[in-house]
Amino acid sequence: MSERMRHGASIGQPLTRRDGPAKVTGAARYSADFKPEGMLHAVMAVSTIARGRVTHLDVAAAKAHPGVVDVMTPENAPALAKSPDEKDNPFTFRLDLLQNAGVRYANQPIAVVIAETLEAATEGAALLAPRYDAEVPEVELGGGEIFTPSSVGAGSPTEEGAGDVAAGLAAADTRLEATYETAAQYHNALEPHTSVAAWDGDRLTLQTPTQALWIAKGRLAELFGIPPENIRIVSHFLGGGFGSKGFIAAPQILGIMAAKLVGRPVKLVTRREQMFGPVGHRASTRQTLKLGAKADGGLTALDHHTLTLTSRHDDFVEACGLIARHLYAADAIATTHAVSRADIGTPLFMRAPGEAPGSVAVESALDELALELDMDPLELRLRNYAEVEPITHRPFSSKALRECYAQGAERFGWAKRPKQPRQMRDAHGLLVGWGMGTATYPAGMMQGEARATIRADGTALVETAAQDMGQGAWTVLAQIAADGLGLGLDAVDLRIGESDLPNGGLAGGSTGTATAGSAVHAATQAALAELEALAVNDRASPLYGAGNAGTVAQNGRLARRDDPTRSESFSEILARADKASVEAKGTGAGEPASRKTYAMHAHGAVYAEVKVDPDLGQIRVTRLVGAFAAGRIVNPRLVRSQYYGGMIWGVSLALHEHAVLDTRSGRVMNPNLAEYHVPVNADVPSLEAILVEEHDPHVNPLGIKGVGEIGITGTAGAIANAVWHATGVRVRHFPITLDKLLT
Amino acid sequence: MNSPDTGFPITLTVNGVPRSLVLEDARVTLLDALRERLDLTGSKKGCDRGQCGACTILLDGVRINACLALAVSHDGASITTIEGLADGDVLHPVQAAFVDHDAYQCGFCTPGQIMSAVGLIREGQAGDDPERVREGMSGNLCRCGAYAGITEAVLAAHAAMNAPDVLPGGHLSEDAA
Amino acid sequence: MNRFDYIRAGSVAEAVAAHAAGAAYLASGTNLLDLMKGDVTRPERLVDISRIFGLDAIETLPDGGTRIGALVRNATLAHDPAFAKAYPAVAEALLSGASAQLRNAATTAGNILQRTRCQYFYDTASACNKRQPGAGCDAIGGVTRTHAVLGWSEHCIATHPSDFCVPLAGFDAVVEIEGPAGRREIPLESFHRLPGDAPERETELAPGDLVVAVRLPPEAKAFAAHSRYLKVRERTSYAFALVSAAVGLTFAGDRIGQARIALGGVALKPWRARAAEALLAGAIPSPELFARAADAALQGASPSGDNAAKIDLARRIVVRALTLAQAGTPARIPALPASPFGA
Repeated sequence: MSERMRHGASIGQPLTRRDGPAKVTGAARYSADFKPEGMLHAVMAVSTIARGRVTHLDVAAAKAHPGVVDVMTPENAPALAKSPDEKDNPFTFRLDLLQNAGVRYANQPIAVVIAETLEAATEGAALLAPRYDAEVPEVELGGGEIFTPSSVGAGSPTEEGAGDVAAGLAAADTRLEATYETAAQYHNALEPHTSVAAWDGDRLTLQTPTQALWIAKGRLAELFGIPPENIRIVSHFLGGGFGSKGFIAAPQILGIMAAKLVGRPVKLVTRREQMFGPVGHRASTRQTLKLGAKADGGLTALDHHTLTLTSRHDDFVEACGLIARHLYAADAIATTHAVSRADIGTPLFMRAPGEAPGSVAVESALDELALELDMDPLELRLRNYAEVEPITHRPFSSKALRECYAQGAERFGWAKRPKQPRQMRDAHGLLVGWGMGTATYPAGMMQGEARATIRADGTALVETAAQDMGQGAWTVLAQIAADGLGLGLDAVDLRIGESDLPNGGLAGGSTGTATAGSAVHAATQAALAELEALAVNDRASPLYGAGNAGTVAQNGRLARRDDPTRSESFSEILARADKASVEAKGTGAGEPASRKTYAMHAHGAVYAEVKVDPDLGQIRVTRLVGAFAAGRIVNPRLVRSQYYGGMIWGVSLALHEHAVLDTRSGRVMNPNLAEYHVPVNADVPSLEAILVEEHDPHVNPLGIKGVGEIGITGTAGAIANAVWHATGVRVRHFPITLDKLLT
Repeated sequence: MNSPDTGFPITLTVNGVPRSLVLEDARVTLLDALRERLDLTGSKKGCDRGQCGACTILLDGVRINACLALAVSHDGASITTIEGLADGDVLHPVQAAFVDHDAYQCGFCTPGQIMSAVGLIREGQAGDDPERVREGMSGNLCRCGAYAGITEAVLAAHAAMNAPDVLPGGHLSEDAA
Repeated sequence: MNRFDYIRAGSVAEAVAAHAAGAAYLASGTNLLDLMKGDVTRPERLVDISRIFGLDAIETLPDGGTRIGALVRNATLAHDPAFAKAYPAVAEALLSGASAQLRNAATTAGNILQRTRCQYFYDTASACNKRQPGAGCDAIGGVTRTHAVLGWSEHCIATHPSDFCVPLAGFDAVVEIEGPAGRREIPLESFHRLPGDAPERETELAPGDLVVAVRLPPEAKAFAAHSRYLKVRERTSYAFALVSAAVGLTFAGDRIGQARIALGGVALKPWRARAAEALLAGAIPSPELFARAADAALQGASPSGDNAAKIDLARRIVVRALTLAQAGTPARIPALPASPFGA
């Protein structure tokens, strides 16, 4: 029997979610659903100017409103142990926590009203009627001084390349230069940023949604000057994060400060319109692609330059250029970034940060080049297939992209695509267009820990401070644990989402399952080793002396590896040793040597069909087929959902989402879900995700790559290319709105 | 009439149980009455402005956004929330279908999606037409992007419930099918 | 949201009597509560008319017309079989608006009285002559992709967001009003006001006036076989119209008998295109004719900002809506009502 089969009873099964019944009955409790005894409600007031300072707040009017208990302003906000503007690492972002009257962006928190009821707190915030000393804001891309950032994204080099791009362009038979723009986007998780905070002396209990419990705990400990172990954060369920809950944000901390101020538990829920500023966003970008190719399609040069925005007071740079560093085999590659400052909330990681807008530009440019070359767009991509990572020449740890291209194309019917645009119509006369794009996302890992406890009743408890924000951690970590322990899923209790559990890493960057899953797996193996030690050293055990041969865990029993008939149940081993349980910890982290040797990425291919009204320009994505290879699939049902979700974000990037700023005031003018459009159900009539088999022996012991973000990449470009194919109009300014198609 | 000084006593029948409460304010919405005063937190607040559907409940059998209704105006009404859908441990067919079809991810919009689906099936306008289901469910945003599963789940629940086919309302002429 | 007096009216007379300066009538509240939550409007008193007996009926009148009570829900009306057959473009317009949840709550009177979605009206930090007469209009020179191209003034460039009102204007609906001065009627076409120099006055209602019903004349039924509502929007569903059109045609042999055209999303009121109707009456339909009608419908249009594309779009929508109406009312309301993808 192979190792894989012995350890495969749960992993790979399309199980339904373990937390499903709680979610469909309303029993799953999100942060705002908690109500500690004596709880008050807090509501933020936010600035309507983008730059300047607050000169007056009518605190008296707010306090006079029945039910208002207190108003927190810079005058009386509890002192912090550390300035929230202190930046001791690149990912400690500066926060606006009422430390002064300054205003750095529109929608910045400027006060918090605390009241007996939500209604009173809300009205109290309105009654503050702030007055300002306003300065003229700068919010436009490239409006401020343009400079080269020291790093981009999560600490990647600003510039990276290989070969001589100028020479490559000179040597090309066909050249293309095009500039693409993407819009400012806001995460808009359906669950607003919330905190329910209760202080007991210098101990804090906090219900708040966070994608990284330990990072949040560490930041709070520093800000409030208390030991991390005094802080208990509970985040069993997150109503979506997408990066905006990666780091605890100002509104959540203001709720904690408010609770400290009034000496009672406080709930603060961010209002929807207040989420357009203090909780991060994806900045707008302007990307220029210069491509050179030989007549056979071989790329001689790929130059990708990005201009984006960051805030005046902090640094985060959307790393659009990363994608071009490892995707296509060009003779010469250059990827560079520049940035200008603006009076906006600091941009932040947002689902497929860098890769999402970068991909739409690169995949659009490839499509434009294919037309110039009179080549099929898929053929052009295959012609430039990277057998090794282009710049580093490292081999890929695994790469089933060729299979993705093929399986997706087959399923979609790509071979029937006419090369020229405006060739297809449906029965109602609507223009039909087909486009494709390559999907890719790094298979990263953070570091995480887990603890596994095998109990005398034959069950196990597995614990890690990982979070489930919809990706399915409640289910997949239990599957990994069950297989690791050789137990049925029902015998495994999982505890996650609490900060006093071992650090489970970050549910972000498509690293959550790889990291926490690896930690869980390691913990289970360590716990089994403890159990094995008890058995093989015990003369009364059938496993006595099996130390050299080793044991395997199966069906709640340890068996000799070389003789499965000699086995003993977990319960028997523990009972004889007179132990209630054995427990052990395990770590999950990238293995430095293999991460240096190999390039590690997930890949995919996305094919899109759009229909466009020939006269009115309205667009609908009528079919999306994605084929993705991401190593071992722990749960195909949930992974498919992740791909679908990413693909819908691709639809959104291509056609819908954009924050509209009034450049005079610096305010977002559509800070609501009626006019900040994200797709609705009717926008995505047909989605298919093909799970392409891929075995990766290097990425981590389980062979898992992340799947949460890759679906956006490829998709947005495929849709843009399909819109061109339907209409003959190349739109380079995203989102593609219908007015851009009226010609 | 009542004034802010005396409060506003109201009674709602919530999930079949009469619940009386005194609102200190006329400005309390049905959603905040349920969530903050009756401890029924299954209905979610995503936007508070009728733009996301997370607060969808059945009011006298009809799906509405609870965030855009004043509780005091609905004194005496009968309300069904997500907490009142299952029969003990037995899930409502729509709930069961959501589990089977993975019609959710983070789960925050799920109570609203499910109540909306129950309302949609009751309205009898969509039948087993996936396009009509998508249109009928478009008042419920899902930021995670679970729409494919949601549509499948609604269709499966419709079939499981033997829901009546389309009512005549949508037909504009006698010869319509 | 501010505190307010809450008064539940048992009758129209009681409601009118309870109304006072600073008061607002509350039906279901889908628009009013939204505005109150944004502090766009802060009424001191709400007069709840939702329990008034008799305002929720759909009646066929002796003359064959239809009287829609002020409290009839949008969904109830759209799904009423007799109504939808008689006025299919009205039903289609209703079903293309908002979401199912909102249509289940929103009322007839509330719909026609809904306020603009202009971002500068909603953004209370912006100057808006509607919210504060004389304050100025920050929309001008701002973000204006969706703003008016007809009938706007230097004081206001907002649009009326209703879908329902567009066919109502086209089919000569009449608004029935009761108020301190008694009972009166106003044609829907002149019920909403263009901004001029007083954009704060949005309708012809006087203080305390209560809309009690909307009436559709029997003549409107003549268009039932050739009626459409077409709405272009930036999501497949659950989005306000960028531009929309309601069209009704009658035919006499191979000639058009009468035509009705109204546009939505282009002005601060539903825009009746009478010149275009006159041009179509008695003419033989053709693409050229429809194009000329579209030009006539948009006569006088001018961009109020970065929205010239809407004029072109509106012309195209008129042509398409006429073409669809000529082809005939569909047997069933499309799965995606009023959508170019609904066919």
